[in-house]
Amino acid sequence: MALRALFTKGAPTLAFGLGPFASAGGSGTRWQGLCHARGLKVAALPDLEYDYGALEPAISGEIMRLHHQKHHKAYVSNYNDALEKLDAAMAKGDVPAVVRLQSAIKFNGGGHINHTIFWKNLKPVNEGGGEPPHATLGWAIDTDFGSLEALVQKMNAEGAALQGSGWVWLALDKERKKLLVETTANQDPLVTKGARLVPLLGIGVWEHAYYLQYKNVKPDYLKNIWNVMNWKYASEVYDSEIA
Amino acid sequence: MQHYTLSCCGGVKASLPPPLSFRWSKIKREGGRRLPRCARIAAQLELKPPPYSLSSLEPHMSRETLEYHWGRHHRAHVASLNNLIAGTDLDGMGLDEIVVVSYNKGNPLPPFVHAAQVWNHDFFWQSIKPGGGGRPSGRLMELIEKDFGSFDRMLEEFKRAALTQFGSGWAWLVYKANRLDVGNAVNPRPSEKDNKLVMLKSPNAVNPIVWDYSPLLAIDVWEHAYYLDYENRRADYVSIFLEKLVSWEVVSDRLDVAIERAAERAREAETRKQEDDTAVTHSEAVEMYLDSDTDDSEAE
Repeated sequence: MALRALFTKGAPTLAFGLGPFASAGGSGTRWQGLCHARGLKVAALPDLEYDYGALEPAISGEIMRLHHQKHHKAYVSNYNDALEKLDAAMAKGDVPAVVRLQSAIKFNGGGHINHTIFWKNLKPVNEGGGEPPHATLGWAIDTDFGSLEALVQKMNAEGAALQGSGWVWLALDKERKKLLVETTANQDPLVTKGARLVPLLGIGVWEHAYYLQYKNVKPDYLKNIWNVMNWKYASEVYDSEIA
Repeated sequence: MQHYTLSCCGGVKASLPPPLSFRWSKIKREGGRRLPRCARIAAQLELKPPPYSLSSLEPHMSRETLEYHWGRHHRAHVASLNNLIAGTDLDGMGLDEIVVVSYNKGNPLPPFVHAAQVWNHDFFWQSIKPGGGGRPSGRLMELIEKDFGSFDRMLEEFKRAALTQFGSGWAWLVYKANRLDVGNAVNPRPSEKDNKLVMLKSPNAVNPIVWDYSPLLAIDVWEHAYYLDYENRRADYVSIFLEKLVSWEVVSDRLDVAIERAAERAREAETRKQEDDTAVTHSEAVEMYLDSDTDDSEAE
């Protein structure tokens, strides 16, 4: 697919992760040698498993394209950038620089984590998007929330009430084996709310996720996104954690 | 120049009942000023229109953006605020006061987000105009050069603040008095040179008046402010804002007001200090009188 080829072209730089240092070969400085030895693993923009327009009318193709190609890609680039700078700062023992870089890493790394999950949470209708969960996850939802409708209502209410930018999550507390609804601000990943929490489904409520199509009517976006929710993915994660 | 980041509990939820909302209801009842229905004063705050038509900022900010940003987002905050404060102690207060009181020193009450966003958006629309941009002059330019080095460096700082406000929020050019926000902080050698311009960024609805600073200029970096016109390109939006929209006349007027306010505060502080000194002298005299009284009784 033409669009995917675009990413593959861009990917090698990211996959090898050295950016401008990639051509160094053997005649590098000590810093480049360290980079090789440490094998700095950087992030790469994942492909979507469906076309940009395939989630319509719930989410427009224009939004999906911008969201993936611009927003997520920027998180990936900025995270890699910050990571390289962090590596250099750690090698030099530059503590102030290490501390200063933390917010960029949290923000962009979090953005990368959250959006990678998000693309897997969505599925075109004709590929099973919107089909409610069954078996283990279905029963757990009934136990912990009363019904699927109650869960959806709760997540939509929390998403609507969230001031500013953030995410609303269906989370599994893997130690207590209970489901819960949680929110995080900005690009904070779910683990910032508890190391025991595993994200099953996340809904981004940053304005860039819906504005071009829904403008300020966030509740409509929240209502419609359930039509393309990939419960199969959520079930797989749930089953693997519970086992 | 360092950025100051105002942090507040990011993502304050309005609808769920945290302990805060319980306290808020208590204030409503204990306030003692909840009037019976028939006599309730509905001091409704109004949606102020921008001082220009909705299409006059094109092509830099489209009419569609203004229609949604002012006509829906800003309007909704006014409506929500009026709803929340009706019949409470906040009803009838000026907007500035509602913002500061509901900020509650960093533990915001439910009306805060709406009050602050109404304040912020009023301030924002007045900060821009058709045919804006250019350069400031006079006292504003002098202070910019003193506190940032040059006009261009100030613009760079402003852009950096706007672009590094992760998530929703605002970037501000602010005039602040150089003092700590504690009651007994005394500057032993106060001078007008202590006051200065700084760049701030703040999350969501937080604004610098809650810290007793004087805002001079603001840019809204919530995505709804620029997404229809610039999509994800916040940097382009900020550049155009500075090159084509900002009204340096308004910023200059605000600076004059801020400087006058700071001077008046300094005068008040000086007067208070003199009164305190006088009070101490008087009480010493009283003590001496009492001491001699005691001596007399012992002698007997």
